[in-house]
Amino acid sequence: MDFNVIIMQLFTGLSLGMLYVLLALGLSIIFGLLTVVNFAHGSMYMWGAFVGVFTVAWTGNFWAALVLAPLGVGLYGLVIERWLIRPLYGRDINYPLLLTFGLQLIMIEVVRIFFGTSDHPFSAPALLSMPLEVMGIFYFPAYRVFLIVFTAVICFVLWFFLEKTDLGLIIRAGTRDPLMVRALGIDMNLIWWLVFGIGSALAGLAGILAAPIRSVYPEMGIAMLVECFVVTVVGGMGSLPGAIVAGILLGIVSSLTTLVYPQMADIVIFLVMAVVLLVRPSGLFGKAGLLE
Amino acid sequence: MPEHQKGKGKGVSRRTFFKTTGVAAGAAALGGFHFVRKSQAASGPLKLGCPLPLTGPYGTEALDQQAGAALAVAEVNKNGGVLGRKVELVVRDTKLKADEAARRAKELIESVKVELMTGCLSAANQLAVNEQCKLVGMPYMSISQSNEITERRDASVYTYHEALDPHTTTQAVGKWAAQKFGKRWYFLTSDYAFGWQLTDGFRRVGKMFGVQDVGETKHPLGTADFSSYFPRIMAAKPDVLIIDNFGKDQLNTIKQATSFGLKKKIQLLCPVLLASARLGAGTAAYEGVVGGTSFYWEQNHPTAKKFVAAFQKANGRPPIDYAGYAYSGVLELLNGVNRAGKLDALALATAIENRNYDNYKGKQWWRPCDHQSQQDVFILRSKTPKKKYDVFEIIDTVSGANEALLRTCVELGHKPGVPNRTGLKK
Repeated sequence: MDFNVIIMQLFTGLSLGMLYVLLALGLSIIFGLLTVVNFAHGSMYMWGAFVGVFTVAWTGNFWAALVLAPLGVGLYGLVIERWLIRPLYGRDINYPLLLTFGLQLIMIEVVRIFFGTSDHPFSAPALLSMPLEVMGIFYFPAYRVFLIVFTAVICFVLWFFLEKTDLGLIIRAGTRDPLMVRALGIDMNLIWWLVFGIGSALAGLAGILAAPIRSVYPEMGIAMLVECFVVTVVGGMGSLPGAIVAGILLGIVSSLTTLVYPQMADIVIFLVMAVVLLVRPSGLFGKAGLLE
Repeated sequence: MPEHQKGKGKGVSRRTFFKTTGVAAGAAALGGFHFVRKSQAASGPLKLGCPLPLTGPYGTEALDQQAGAALAVAEVNKNGGVLGRKVELVVRDTKLKADEAARRAKELIESVKVELMTGCLSAANQLAVNEQCKLVGMPYMSISQSNEITERRDASVYTYHEALDPHTTTQAVGKWAAQKFGKRWYFLTSDYAFGWQLTDGFRRVGKMFGVQDVGETKHPLGTADFSSYFPRIMAAKPDVLIIDNFGKDQLNTIKQATSFGLKKKIQLLCPVLLASARLGAGTAAYEGVVGGTSFYWEQNHPTAKKFVAAFQKANGRPPIDYAGYAYSGVLELLNGVNRAGKLDALALATAIENRNYDNYKGKQWWRPCDHQSQQDVFILRSKTPKKKYDVFEIIDTVSGANEALLRTCVELGHKPGVPNRTGLKK
């Protein structure tokens, strides 16, 4: 096998993995702090793409869409948390799970009713739509390079926020012992609210970033959600470094599988999950004790 | 409000968690829960069953078929219906799964009491529905591509195939492409019967023109990201990349292939070039892409214009892609019963076989031995639209006359020129 092909394959895997990373980060941050398994995450991803499509249709500006999509979906997340999920805190983990599962179906149906079931065209901005020549015979889209760099920046910002700011400190403390944080006079409701908003915004961001690459249609989040659950389980439920490592790992594994045995490309991530769960039942970076 | 405990120590075991999450994830993957509607027994109107993959990667094309079938039913009803009875179209969602298609067909036959059947998209779905229809001796008009449906094992006196099949499509498109483009061909094949048959067909016709097969990659049906398939394709340095897939797979392939610069050195060729996918991907993505089709709405032909005008009036948009198959197939079925004068499968077969007709796009002919509709194939090129839906131009027509594009009756296991009476129930 040509060495250049393998290098190219790693890059395509990386760009595929970056979408997993963004979505899995959102899922993980919500789960890690709120113990809410957000089944509406895939639909939020889809909504992000649709907000993007319509922002670009109205303003013609991709960069405006890149801001509005996470903002819009983030605000929607705030509304959902405040009035639907908050009343369910303190109950069994299945309550918010079923609620968000239902929300997912409603969100898809709403889009079907208003925008139909067909695909919506969406292109990368002109600046990023030219293919870059690599190693003489290959091309790699500038947009995917942007996607990789941009996601890396988002990961860094998120890390900086959680590790280096006061608010991040409170969030981390809240993950370990919400009761104690509350005893210190901090309103945990506000923190959970904020975190759910951030997680939703990340889903919306993944949606707008995926729109120039994939087809934009109401059910686009369903398969993606299943894949991202695999990523979070492999990385360890609730672990942010886990989401990043597992996202990139699964992107690359699935890309390399395409090279040697493409018919398996769909299934291989589930195989990886099975193996990881056998060796490390709580995932690569899973915290022992969570959900046990 | 009592202090609420978060997650930890809430007594949720990982096992329970995975169990519920798994069930919910499974249900989500299967497209949510659905409820089977109880239907009333047959009385009054003649019911025409129509299972279609409304949800899934071919959903857009299936909706187009539904609209085409509905238009044909409306026209027949306006002209007095079938044998004086009104016709009612009963649509069911197969979710693009063969077992679901079989269940829906069975439900339509046994509970809804349909008396005629049409529908389906994707070969496996059609064959499943055809199987159910053959069991009870119900005429079935198949309206999407399949090679098997006219072969001895599956064809029957009850089975009709209005659509092109992968063989015809590839003979026409392959012959055309071999004369216009380079001779190094690479195949991207959707990994199921339809894709395999397209690739086989192209190889077969390619051999006649000295085409070199420089590689093939098979991909699972419903792939969202094709980028990881491209390095190998680029490394093989083909002149032509033949995209043997359909629906959103075609859309994603071309959208992503364009962004990866494949078109700089490679001609993209689709055996079935879809307006639905072209509309979903945008002008730039499809620029320069060439392919085949059974019908394009801007075709300059009297019946085509009439069909497009009526469709436009009913749906507010022109028919794209597969609406024509459904429209013409349903007309053939319903008008066939009217010509036969009774709802009888054998009489219907006699009324349809050897018939020359032109419902929406040009001359067609029902070959008696396999109930396949002989027709022309059009070659399209994507263009910059002047108005919405104005996405392709017809650059050539490959004639299907004199069985030029069909496999011979003998090859399919039938007696040439003899009407098909396989599986006739006495």
